[in-house]
Amino acid sequence: MSDKVIFHSTHLPESWKLENYLKVDGYDALKKVLAEKMTPEAIIEQVKLSALRGRGGAGFPTGLKWSFMPKNYPGDKYLVCNTDEGEPGTFKDRDILRLNPHQLIEGMIIGGYTLGAKAGYNYIHGEIWAEYERFEEALDEARAAGLLGKNILGSGWDFDIHAHHGYGAYVCGEETALLESIEGKKGQPRFKPPFPASFGLYGKPTTINNTETLASIPYIVKHGGQKFLELGKPNNGGTKIFSVSGHVNNPGNFEIGMGTPFSELLAMAGGVKDGRKLKAVIPGGSSVPVLPGEIMMDLTMDYDSIAKAGSYLGAGSVIVMDDTVCMVRALERLSYFYFEESCGQCTPCREGTGWLYRVIHRIEHGQGRPEDLDLLESVAGNIMGRTICALGDAAAMPVQGMLKHFRNEFEHHIQHKKCMV
Amino acid sequence: MLNIEIDGKQLTVEQGSTIMDVADAAGIYIPRFCYHKKLSVAANCRMCLVQVEKAPKPMPACATPVTEGMKVMTRSEAAIKAQKAVMEFLLINHPLDCPICDQGGECELQDLAVGYGAGASRYTEEKRVVFNKNIGPLINTDMTRCINCTRCVRFGQEIGGMMEMGQIGRGEHAEITTFIERSIDSELSGNIIDLCPVGALTSKPFRYSARAWELTTRPSVSPHDGLGANLSVQTKNNRVFRVLPRDNEEINECWLSDKDRFSYEGLNSPERLQRPMIKQSGEWRECDWPEALEFAVAGLMRVRDQQGAEQVGALATPHSTLEELYLLQKLVRGIGSGNVDHRLLQSDFSADSAMQGAPWLGMKIAELDQLNSVLIVGSTLRADHPLLAHRLRQAVKRGAELNLINPVDDDLLCRVANKSIVAPDAMVATLDQVRCALAGESVDAIAQAIAASLNQGERKAVLLGNLAQHHPRYAELHALAQQVAELSGAKFGFLGGAANSVGAYLAGAVPVTGGMNAAQMLDTPRHAYILLGVEADLDTYNPTKTLAALQAAQMVVVMSAYKGKAPDYAHVLLPVAPFTETSGTFVNTEGRAQSFNAVVKPLGETRPGWKVLRVLGNLMEVAGFDYDSAEQVRAEALNGDISVKLNNQLAGAALAAIICTNRGQGRSYTHGLQRIGEVPSYQADPIVRRATALQKTAAAALQGAWMNAETLSSVGVSEGADVSVSQGTDSVVLKALRDDLLPAGCVRVAAGHPATAMLGGMFDEIRVERAG
Repeated sequence: MSDKVIFHSTHLPESWKLENYLKVDGYDALKKVLAEKMTPEAIIEQVKLSALRGRGGAGFPTGLKWSFMPKNYPGDKYLVCNTDEGEPGTFKDRDILRLNPHQLIEGMIIGGYTLGAKAGYNYIHGEIWAEYERFEEALDEARAAGLLGKNILGSGWDFDIHAHHGYGAYVCGEETALLESIEGKKGQPRFKPPFPASFGLYGKPTTINNTETLASIPYIVKHGGQKFLELGKPNNGGTKIFSVSGHVNNPGNFEIGMGTPFSELLAMAGGVKDGRKLKAVIPGGSSVPVLPGEIMMDLTMDYDSIAKAGSYLGAGSVIVMDDTVCMVRALERLSYFYFEESCGQCTPCREGTGWLYRVIHRIEHGQGRPEDLDLLESVAGNIMGRTICALGDAAAMPVQGMLKHFRNEFEHHIQHKKCMV
Repeated sequence: MLNIEIDGKQLTVEQGSTIMDVADAAGIYIPRFCYHKKLSVAANCRMCLVQVEKAPKPMPACATPVTEGMKVMTRSEAAIKAQKAVMEFLLINHPLDCPICDQGGECELQDLAVGYGAGASRYTEEKRVVFNKNIGPLINTDMTRCINCTRCVRFGQEIGGMMEMGQIGRGEHAEITTFIERSIDSELSGNIIDLCPVGALTSKPFRYSARAWELTTRPSVSPHDGLGANLSVQTKNNRVFRVLPRDNEEINECWLSDKDRFSYEGLNSPERLQRPMIKQSGEWRECDWPEALEFAVAGLMRVRDQQGAEQVGALATPHSTLEELYLLQKLVRGIGSGNVDHRLLQSDFSADSAMQGAPWLGMKIAELDQLNSVLIVGSTLRADHPLLAHRLRQAVKRGAELNLINPVDDDLLCRVANKSIVAPDAMVATLDQVRCALAGESVDAIAQAIAASLNQGERKAVLLGNLAQHHPRYAELHALAQQVAELSGAKFGFLGGAANSVGAYLAGAVPVTGGMNAAQMLDTPRHAYILLGVEADLDTYNPTKTLAALQAAQMVVVMSAYKGKAPDYAHVLLPVAPFTETSGTFVNTEGRAQSFNAVVKPLGETRPGWKVLRVLGNLMEVAGFDYDSAEQVRAEALNGDISVKLNNQLAGAALAAIICTNRGQGRSYTHGLQRIGEVPSYQADPIVRRATALQKTAAAALQGAWMNAETLSSVGVSEGADVSVSQGTDSVVLKALRDDLLPAGCVRVAAGHPATAMLGGMFDEIRVERAG
């Protein structure tokens, strides 16, 4: 048996086709659920056991999230898959749609069954059109095969999935902004409470999971939660897809067990480009604090290990930087992203992201002032934890991480009006 | 109930409330911008961040529900730090142009910046600039000042009923705007000026005219529609500069209609009559009060003595004060005439003898939003009663069913459960069908649906609007509506058209046995008339007939704040004070008497109407005119409990007679067309007519003659063509306009408008021909 949960068949030709997915026992988990009439409680039990944690970045235990969904709610409920993968450095979900869409569909159907959802929505990032089309094709195949839609596999149970193509706003990856966007409104996060489990899509109880999370479900159902857990480490079950980009010789997606040492992942990605020195790594996508290379080399790739080092595993988006990188320039680029992507709804993020960017831009362009670094820390601190959604934190954390580990580079920039590297 | 603690204060609070709710109730102030008690929670400004024990980060008080044992600190170091940080963010891109900002002195941002802002800014980067928008004649925009609190957006969605503003763009480029260059046309639009916590949305008519701290604020009551909105009138140098809402949850809440807010411009109109004038030997000249009064008295007495007291008629606008109306009828009756009326737009008085009291709303205004089902008969609801329409919209939002029998299908901005849009004449038959349905007879589907709607739920009402009250078959509508209400167990009421529609009845400004009503006084012209606040060329059902009667009279005494066209038909002009320059009382549509005092001194030689009438009474030697104060007049006029005098019910025998006599009778029209001649909101009284900014709005424009496609083709004209419209001898050229929601055989031409006033009766037969 493959040690991979999701990319187990992607070496085979046209792995995205239904016929090929069926050849590798695809939809067996769904068949098992329906044939054995598994109870939602039993499925949730296995998911809890698996220690599967949300792969979208927050790492919230999936089984626990599923158990929040009201059981005896009289109206409609929804399951939403979040494929609005817009964070710089993150490119795993598009590969799931591209290479193994049926496993996601199977996971969503099982999720819909477990949660008692009327329908599922997959919100697909605006900038990946080909993957969106492939997903639609897979949905058509599944419907034609009786796996999706009315009376699934003769069970008498109906469940359909709708793909919703976004328009490229990063903030729509925030689950409540995503719901607003599906509803046809401006993509802006809702304040919580109420949480989507009680007031979600169209005001109905809704569970939102990441693509990779849902694509992991068939494995857990088929092989049991314990088996999945054992692929990783306690409280960090399963495998995880890491998107490695930046200064490596072989960038790409790597599905490895949780808890694999970073050094092994770096080796899989071909090591630092042209044999240069590893300077720093952003371990979980552009929103998490950067960590110096020497710290990273001692870490394992799982939620707890990275968190202990002061950053986050996030969506497993590993951005590798070698010693040619100017950290001021890197931060300027990151801050520009958050400045551009802030939705503008709440004050600290709307006003603060522009302030951060402009100050960093000044420093990068030789117009920094000695007081700027304290100012940046203060402004980032004033955004952090004060906003409706996590985008504010996402804008603040890179600044805080950079200043924590590479403050000397910024000081050099301010003093000498140029880069030290 | 839950026990919580805010700033060390132990509170027992209701489950489901937010920290903001309970703090406000406990008198603990938490700074806020986006939060507003009447709007949904947005939680976007973050100014109300407070510290909550055990919470890892500060929480927005407006959006955080209280939980048992919660400990909130609104003034702790962490809370203040968060609040100050938000204030700093709000100010970095704000222009800080307070010295040239109209909001200065009454700005929530300015006020809170004193407490939470720093002395100097740490922000040295470029500031954001947002282009201003022209959103119409009422509201000025300075969008760079906007802090994106979205109160104006939410107001449109939740209260105004139409989303006229929205936020476009992202991040720092987010801006509040209308939908692609559109103007703001809601009849409640001015409220967003009050809601805007900064100077982004300010009053255009008021702009740059005064500073908030220079103004004196005095309470008053709106003289316009039957709501009786509570006003704060702001004055400076004896002139009204601005009108703002005065909170009254039971009436206008914290809102004002645009008419109530912006009409004040009419008070400062150059058309104000400032000195008495008399017409001698065909020439008008100004004179002093004694001469004018003597002239008037001599003229009236001459008619009375030579032609008889019944040759004197008095017509008063229901926008007059209770005191004026009371003294007017007392004066007229004192000299022996019973001819006094305020129902200038009414055309059918045949139910008068069956009436048993003053027609009123039949319930409290605040009950409107609690209704489960309501039938509105004959009303341009949003134009005539903007805030009653708002209350009904709130009821609909809560699940109420709104049913409508009307000749026009204007957008009510809410779901209408059942509607029958029929020609004015056919409204009677439709209402009769509803009555039949309730009585168990088999009728058409729509009447059945309306009846079914009225049969369900606890709280329901049948309400007659202005249009029904002006209808040529008003008595039948009244009788049928009464029956419909009775059969369905609904409350029965009238949407009062004017500020004193109820008060005028209480004051006795209606004819009793032997007296002539408004129509009779004009159908059978009198030799002398006293007009109180009436612009005869605009304010009556059939202005052509009115003018003919007046111009043939020997003595027409006009008591008015404006000169208008009065010199064409009057003999004496007496300048009497509008509501801001006199004390008085309006009894609103729910029967609530609201008294007010003058907020400025009378303009020029203007005098309060009640004082002028008092002197006239003395000069004409009518007994009982020795009043020292308006309060004395008021006490005499109201004479005890108002509620016992309110009665919408027609007496039984007459009721049956009206229904039986007329049942099934439709009227026929020689030329086949009936006019729908409702009075546009901004033409409804002399003050609003002269409110310059309101007159520039889209709603004020006289658009033309509206017909549906079928009617257009039946008269052989195409949409947009010039048509000659006539009722009697005079014709007017208007643009033919298409509204397929109108019933066939009807032409909608606004009344009360200078351009159409000469046409004739508001719902009479009308002819349309290709012009030229």
